[in-house]
Amino acid sequence: MTTDPAIDVARLVEPDRVHKRVYTDQQIFDREMERIFERVWVYCGHESQIPNAGDYVAVTIGRQPMVMVRAADRTIHVLYNRCPHRGVQVIGNLQGNTGAALVCSYHAWSFHLDGTVRAIPLAKGYEGTRMNKSNPDCNLKPAARVDSYRGFVFTSLSPDGPTLLEFLGEAKVAFDDMCDRSPLGEVEIVPVCHRVIQHSNWKFFMENQLDALHPSVTHQSTGIAATRVERRLKEQNGAAPLHYHMLSAFASNFEQWDSVQTINYPQGHGILKAYMGLRPQDKDTLEYEALLKKAYGEQKAEEYLSRSIHHVLVYPYLSVQSPLQQLRCLRPISPDKTLSEIWHFRLKGAPEVIYRRSLWYYNLVNSPATMINADDLENWTKGQWGLQSDGGDWVSFHRHYGDDRVENGVAYSNHGTSEIVMRSQFAAWSRYMQSPPGRPKATAPPRGADAEGGLGANKEVA
Amino acid sequence: MSTTTERAIPSAGPDMPHLLDQDVVIAGDDSKGATGAQAIEPTHSPRGKAESGTPPPATGLVAGADLQREVEQFLYRQAELLDDKHWQAWMDCFADDGIYWMPARPEQTDWDGTPSIFIEDKLLMEVRKGRVTHPNAWSQAPLWETNHIVSHVAIEEATKHHVVVRSRFHMMELRRDSIRHFGGRYRHTLVRSHDGVLKIKLQRVDLFNAQAPFDYVIQIWV
Repeated sequence: MTTDPAIDVARLVEPDRVHKRVYTDQQIFDREMERIFERVWVYCGHESQIPNAGDYVAVTIGRQPMVMVRAADRTIHVLYNRCPHRGVQVIGNLQGNTGAALVCSYHAWSFHLDGTVRAIPLAKGYEGTRMNKSNPDCNLKPAARVDSYRGFVFTSLSPDGPTLLEFLGEAKVAFDDMCDRSPLGEVEIVPVCHRVIQHSNWKFFMENQLDALHPSVTHQSTGIAATRVERRLKEQNGAAPLHYHMLSAFASNFEQWDSVQTINYPQGHGILKAYMGLRPQDKDTLEYEALLKKAYGEQKAEEYLSRSIHHVLVYPYLSVQSPLQQLRCLRPISPDKTLSEIWHFRLKGAPEVIYRRSLWYYNLVNSPATMINADDLENWTKGQWGLQSDGGDWVSFHRHYGDDRVENGVAYSNHGTSEIVMRSQFAAWSRYMQSPPGRPKATAPPRGADAEGGLGANKEVA
Repeated sequence: MSTTTERAIPSAGPDMPHLLDQDVVIAGDDSKGATGAQAIEPTHSPRGKAESGTPPPATGLVAGADLQREVEQFLYRQAELLDDKHWQAWMDCFADDGIYWMPARPEQTDWDGTPSIFIEDKLLMEVRKGRVTHPNAWSQAPLWETNHIVSHVAIEEATKHHVVVRSRFHMMELRRDSIRHFGGRYRHTLVRSHDGVLKIKLQRVDLFNAQAPFDYVIQIWV
């Protein structure tokens, strides 16, 4: 599907502000699907979700219903979930095992696990037509490209463009940090996916994840309530379970959040640094750290354990909390509706207690009864509504404009609350949106191109 | 590639000092055998002892009409306390070691080591109560109300001090102009305190649509 050629992205995105239309407009959304989500490398799932031949999971890439399936030769295929005969979806479940073949429930066309046609009932009926088994049109169409990094499977629906590793760039640390914390260097999926609908444009979530100004406002109610109980437990018992700290840290004040740094990459990816007290000095932690040191040596293990990451964003759809082995993946539905899929992973070879510790974060912060995201979701809903208003046309990203340090196209905030996060994301967004299909733009701009890239570093606000 | 990353991440700037502090100590002793649901209530499956496709046991008035009525009234009251937002009174329905648990999936038999939607002891309940009653709990600003119906109350076993009862619930929630429905089953393990009052030792809540997408989230106990 092509979209309105009249959309003038350059007029909607300025270095320090964006027009509200980028969050609300169906035409813009369609172009985002076409030029971003159906082109970049999008996360499908983890290899451990489909350990056996015939295992599959359904996944939506951009607007495309796809299925990720494991073949008998262990290869993983990502196929359009559409029978070439009459267009019916071949897989109707979210996940399962399809045996040796994918079979359409309508007229029993069947396909090998790599998508190639296996059998057509009464195939003679196609003699003399252009629809016959040797025609690739009879196969389930495969995604243009499939690749994986450390067990995480991605697909790109565009045959051209950067490789997966080029696309991920420095953001691949999300997966390194997750896996390196396992003595075996691997994680495996916890087979529960929480799915939560956000009544807001997908960009709200991506901006929010690295927005260090909001937590002490948005999350103060939970942070304060948790602080109160945590303090009492410490007074009574000398210690409190770590999960109170996971919640109370949200109540940190403006200055504390301002002291955290964000790192913003030209692809729109980013990192919010600092973790939340994940290296307590109890017996379990020390045993776990000893395992890592045994596996990697003192120096490497220390490097892995001391990585300072709260979130890693893979633009435009993934937020990874690698020290806690959790990720949230966006599947945009419409300009004002976004599905988030929330997953947790186990560190292979690590003690059970380490998994259970991060499970508290999954339960308290990332579950559908979250005590944190309830208030985020409320903000984004109201944000989406506010943008319908004629009270103003622009969304401001002026905070610390011109005050970030840019080296080789990477912007480091001097203040954690700098809106460089949003400026950087929209610089990447603009490049994608202005790059028509068939001419995929390299994900990284030329070195030193930050002025054109809109990062606005070291410049006066116009 | 990786060397750049490793250099860039740890050295690129200041961290929030208090987040990096090392005084975090893990409380709790995991060495004491049964943990989680097993420690609270060995048989706590939502479907009673029914396994492998057998139907749930017929219960009838196994415990006599008086106890049946007492338990029903207890369940109605705790639902009413939720609907009327009497959070502390609702928490007081729980024994001191009581647990409120909503598993992510019906086949889960323990919260220890598996993801839950809710898993709260009285301390975590206090955090949740503190959150929703805080004046700046923004998500509490829009009007919201709930309406619970509790039915199918079936006592599975009863002794002098201990009652296991399953029931069904349906909760409608109004938030702003939208109505949501939550249905499912409760399984309560009740204990009778020394003064004769029933208290909840374990409330297991199996939301029948727990793994469907949540349109927004659940802010308070169901």
